[in-house]
Amino acid sequence: MADLTTYRDAVSEGLARELRRDPTVVLLGEDIGAAGGVFKTTAGLFEEFGAERVWDTPISEQAIVGAAMGAAMTGMRPVAEIMFSDFFACCWDYLANEIPKARYMTGGQVTVPLVVRTANGGGLGFGAQHSQSVENWALTVPGLKIAAPSTPADVVGLMASAVRSDDPVVFFEHKGLFASKGEAAPPGHVVPLGEARVAREGADVTVVALAATVPLALAAADELAGEGIDIEVVDLRCLIPLDMATVLRSLEKTSRLIVVEENPYQGGWGATVASVVADEGFEMLDAPVRRLAGENVPLPFADALEREVIPTVAKLVEAVRRLASY
Amino acid sequence: MTTAEAVAIAMLLDWYEQMAVIRGTEKAAHDLFLRGLVKGTTHLAAGHEAVAVGASAALRPDDYVFATYRGHHHAIARGASPESCLAELMQKSTGLCGAKGGSMHLTRADHGMLGSYAIVGAHLPMANGAAWSAKLRGTTQVAVAFFGDGATNIGAFHEALNLAAVWKLPVVFVCENNKYMEYTPIEAVTSVPNPAADRAAANGMPGVLVDGNDVVAVQHTMSDAVERARSGDGPTVVEALTYRHFGHSRTDPATYRPADEVEAWLARDPLIVARQLLLEIGATQADVDAADARAKAVVDAASQAAQAAPPADPATAFTDVWADGGAAWRT
Repeated sequence: MADLTTYRDAVSEGLARELRRDPTVVLLGEDIGAAGGVFKTTAGLFEEFGAERVWDTPISEQAIVGAAMGAAMTGMRPVAEIMFSDFFACCWDYLANEIPKARYMTGGQVTVPLVVRTANGGGLGFGAQHSQSVENWALTVPGLKIAAPSTPADVVGLMASAVRSDDPVVFFEHKGLFASKGEAAPPGHVVPLGEARVAREGADVTVVALAATVPLALAAADELAGEGIDIEVVDLRCLIPLDMATVLRSLEKTSRLIVVEENPYQGGWGATVASVVADEGFEMLDAPVRRLAGENVPLPFADALEREVIPTVAKLVEAVRRLASY
Repeated sequence: MTTAEAVAIAMLLDWYEQMAVIRGTEKAAHDLFLRGLVKGTTHLAAGHEAVAVGASAALRPDDYVFATYRGHHHAIARGASPESCLAELMQKSTGLCGAKGGSMHLTRADHGMLGSYAIVGAHLPMANGAAWSAKLRGTTQVAVAFFGDGATNIGAFHEALNLAAVWKLPVVFVCENNKYMEYTPIEAVTSVPNPAADRAAANGMPGVLVDGNDVVAVQHTMSDAVERARSGDGPTVVEALTYRHFGHSRTDPATYRPADEVEAWLARDPLIVARQLLLEIGATQADVDAADARAKAVVDAASQAAQAAPPADPATAFTDVWADGGAAWRT
């Protein structure tokens, strides 16, 4: 069995590999230096690479992402950290108006090879302003690539692709996965952006998942297998590029599809997946396309309340049961 | 006439001619708009020419410039041709940005003019980033952000000044204070008399006022600030006092400005100021007339060539979203 590592350590490992490989890679963000990041996802990097590569910033999200953009336009490959994805709202101008549009509106004169990393998602009782899954925010803006790994190896492999990409990449690290363990990435591990992974093969129902909903779907699969329902779990890994080919290939096999997404149902990424499936996969379907998503409420604090409004294994098991028997 | 005097005259004549080209291009843009050949909107910089030309004269070709939606003068001062600018405004394939940017996004990246940004204040942090990059790469390049007085009340301005000071970045923040944020006097909505310069001290950097209609004064002030940045002493705020000759944008007749105020500023038109100075230091009226004639010829030719150029190719709507040149978002 390969070495196990945590998702949290995989973040710093992925960053360290790119920092070692390419001297133009620099990190900036709040508390990422000597403090190692509030989630310890940059632990050890300041010690190894020093203050010239790992830059602590004030609490100034616009200054952070704006500086990353200016540096990216002029020969660097900055990786900016926004501590909680909820804080994207504080620098949304850069993610919505500036970074994704600079190349296009200058007729290709400008290249913005940067990564904005952020801790995303709920389940930890952080309340309404520190728990959101906001990958759908990024999905509303053409011009951003979006990665959201579910395993430690994918964290490293997708980080390599994100840093090396000449396009801007928003990189969602799920807070609920930081302590999870998985196989460590082999040396030189690179996962291309936009290639989904079939995390579990199955014949009856396709479950399309991302980040924390991947292990959730795999847990549901174990439970459902006991009932004779064999689900296929597709880990999208990225929302842009969106690997619909893998999704549609899976649907061809199962004829039933459910999306499990943590962002809210209203405007959630599953709606984009479902619309393509409805458009291009209609004749393969034996049942309606379902979406298990976050509820359309702010994230509550109490565990018992939060469980009510985000996807859980029990909710997915129930939804798949209904879909399988439709 | 000594050699030094002759050199000074030649230099100022050159700056004068650059300003005349910008003025002519702005007038051409205005006329083309009225003829229905320019769509959307324009934010003309007529009146602001001395800021762009004076600042550019203080910069090296490899320095970085970031401008705003009122940015035609900065694009031209950094080497964008009037023809490419007018073609961009007229949605032509020969436009500076292939007609994908328009008036508010003129960019000439290969000359270090890294864009015109239309979200107020957004580009100050970007200029920090370019300056940070220069520092990281060990070059002595400097980044300059030009912005209006209105930008001094937005968060990005304050975040940018603080970070620039903390990281001691080689950046110069140049406010073109034309007294009106859009339609509202800046003094009515700002806590201090000099909206940019007065905020510099709070961020531990010098804040300098300069006559933004005097190209020589702008060049001198900018040279000091740029030298300070280049030698590693950190950022400076330069507040250039100027006045726009047109309204905020195409739809604004600027009736909110008192007639006597407009009259006083038009008398201090940067072209008039430079012309007077030229004659004072020994240039002849013929020198000035010749510069005017050359500028007019450049602009006339630019306007004609831009009008004659083919329209933007609709297929380019799907190019250059991504670095591979395409727009594919899914498999």
